[in-house]
Amino acid sequence: MKRNKDIWVFGDYRNYFQNRVTLQILARAVDLSTQTGGTVCAVVLGHRVDTYVAEYIAHGAQKVYVIDDPTLRSYSIERYSWLMSWLVTRYQPETLLVGATRFGQEIAPRVAKKLKTGLTADCIDLEINTKGLLVQTAPSFGGNLIAKIITPVKRPQMATVRPGTFPELPHDDAANGQVMVLPLPGDLPEDRIRLVTSEHRPSKKQKIEDADIVICGGRGMGSKGKFKKLFDLAALMNAEVGATRPVVYSEWVSHDALVGQAGKNIKPKILLSFGISGAIQHTAALSDAHFIVAVNKNPNATMMKMADVAIVADANQVCLGIIKAIKEKARD
Amino acid sequence: MVSELPWDSRTGTLKRDLAQGMMDPASRRALEAALQIKETQPAYICAITMGPAMAREILHQAMALGADEGVLLSDRRMAGADTFLTSHILARFIQKECQGEYLVMCGTQTSDSETAQVGPQLSEELNIPAITYAGHVEIKDRVVEVHRHVDEFFEILNMDLPGLVTIDLSAYKPRYLALEGVEKAFENPDIRHIDARQLGLDADFNALKDSPTRIMDVYSPTAQKENRVLKGAVKKVVDQLFDDYGKVISSAMGKDLKTHEHDEA
Repeated sequence: MKRNKDIWVFGDYRNYFQNRVTLQILARAVDLSTQTGGTVCAVVLGHRVDTYVAEYIAHGAQKVYVIDDPTLRSYSIERYSWLMSWLVTRYQPETLLVGATRFGQEIAPRVAKKLKTGLTADCIDLEINTKGLLVQTAPSFGGNLIAKIITPVKRPQMATVRPGTFPELPHDDAANGQVMVLPLPGDLPEDRIRLVTSEHRPSKKQKIEDADIVICGGRGMGSKGKFKKLFDLAALMNAEVGATRPVVYSEWVSHDALVGQAGKNIKPKILLSFGISGAIQHTAALSDAHFIVAVNKNPNATMMKMADVAIVADANQVCLGIIKAIKEKARD
Repeated sequence: MVSELPWDSRTGTLKRDLAQGMMDPASRRALEAALQIKETQPAYICAITMGPAMAREILHQAMALGADEGVLLSDRRMAGADTFLTSHILARFIQKECQGEYLVMCGTQTSDSETAQVGPQLSEELNIPAITYAGHVEIKDRVVEVHRHVDEFFEILNMDLPGLVTIDLSAYKPRYLALEGVEKAFENPDIRHIDARQLGLDADFNALKDSPTRIMDVYSPTAQKENRVLKGAVKKVVDQLFDDYGKVISSAMGKDLKTHEHDEA
């Protein structure tokens, strides 16, 4: 089959409705396809997946490839990556995009390897250049820089996309899409991984990605004990706590709290940033924060330069000061 | 901001020789997992890294912590490899050295580029099963059992050897390396150096040229905002914050806040 201009999006529906990254990428793919031509296609692997097929069409997919089989009921890295590679080889899309969930970050490199093509991880932007190539923008190089990467020769062009990067299209019940249902290929290899147990353990609390107030802390908080005060402040403000990579590495807080590359993008009305210098891996996730208050002893820190209000002081002391102020002001 | 970017604009690669010779935190966790397995059963730990000559230091450190062997894959022709070729080169060595029941243990993602791609791609190259983001790894009767928590699912998975695991960043807190251990490590000259020819890479192999992705541009983004600076005693700046932005804050909180002391009564 001849190579075409189609843009494919891997349908990552586990945890839907919470996980909306597939819808976000579909929206961007629709944008990109107006420049490149070609069809925006979603791929859905699993069992009894009609709901997701309908959702993807309502959110921009013009065509959906479906393999529905009881043996695909749970996510399997070996079977899913083999099938994605098989489908791409058969239909030859120009581009394949995958949400940077943990499963997405695992399946994309394996599919890229099987197809002998390149892959850019955790993109924060996707554009088309004058030559019609996909320009994949991703933070890189130890947190200091952003890189623009292309895949000049190999196909498909592949990227994983950080959740929260692109807004999804509104749900359109009237949208039409073609559904291609394919049988499970007979030569699909046996799964070498055996799933013993799988238990859905959703996080019950409000998600940091959706919080109106986010309180982020960096190493400038001083210690694990002092960092904990941010949770006291968050409880008072109905906020969520985020953290930088050094803090997560130091185990002051769990990986779930990581804001930035390999973590979460946030879009709060207010971001309170305590003791954060502002490495790009962190700040790249903050572009949708409406109002930023940063506290740092160093007035020249990047985080202070990008804040609406920059408080030059000890982060821990100001945190305690705000806790005290809110307790007084909220008292009736 | 860094004063000198570790970036070579001519070749489009990271100047890794400017980076410090320290083991990446993710790799330390993978080594820790290997050491803990070795504490429960007979095992031989080979620490492998690919990089410039100074990456040798990391292998000394690994041996001081308990690895039995250190191997450095280093060659000018390997420089500039992306994840696709890095996994290819690592696989070449592992295929030459390991037969039968081996387990490859990787960090989930390095702290410099954080792609998390090399582990999964290495398993493809080696054609062995892989389990990523492992929180706990055990080997029982030649079966690898892994516990992990991924995308809000807690899973227990099994696979036979040979296999590959990547260790989650939240698991296996690395042990402390005593100073005498460090000193002893550097007395040990026994690091094997393997080059492209020894790996049997083609004569015209050139990682920079052969990588499927190309970096077009790198930049250091700067944000533009009206930037109000508050200085002084903590009480003063906090009062000022609430005086001027109290309404913004209380509306986001969904709670009423008294704006001024004198508004009371």
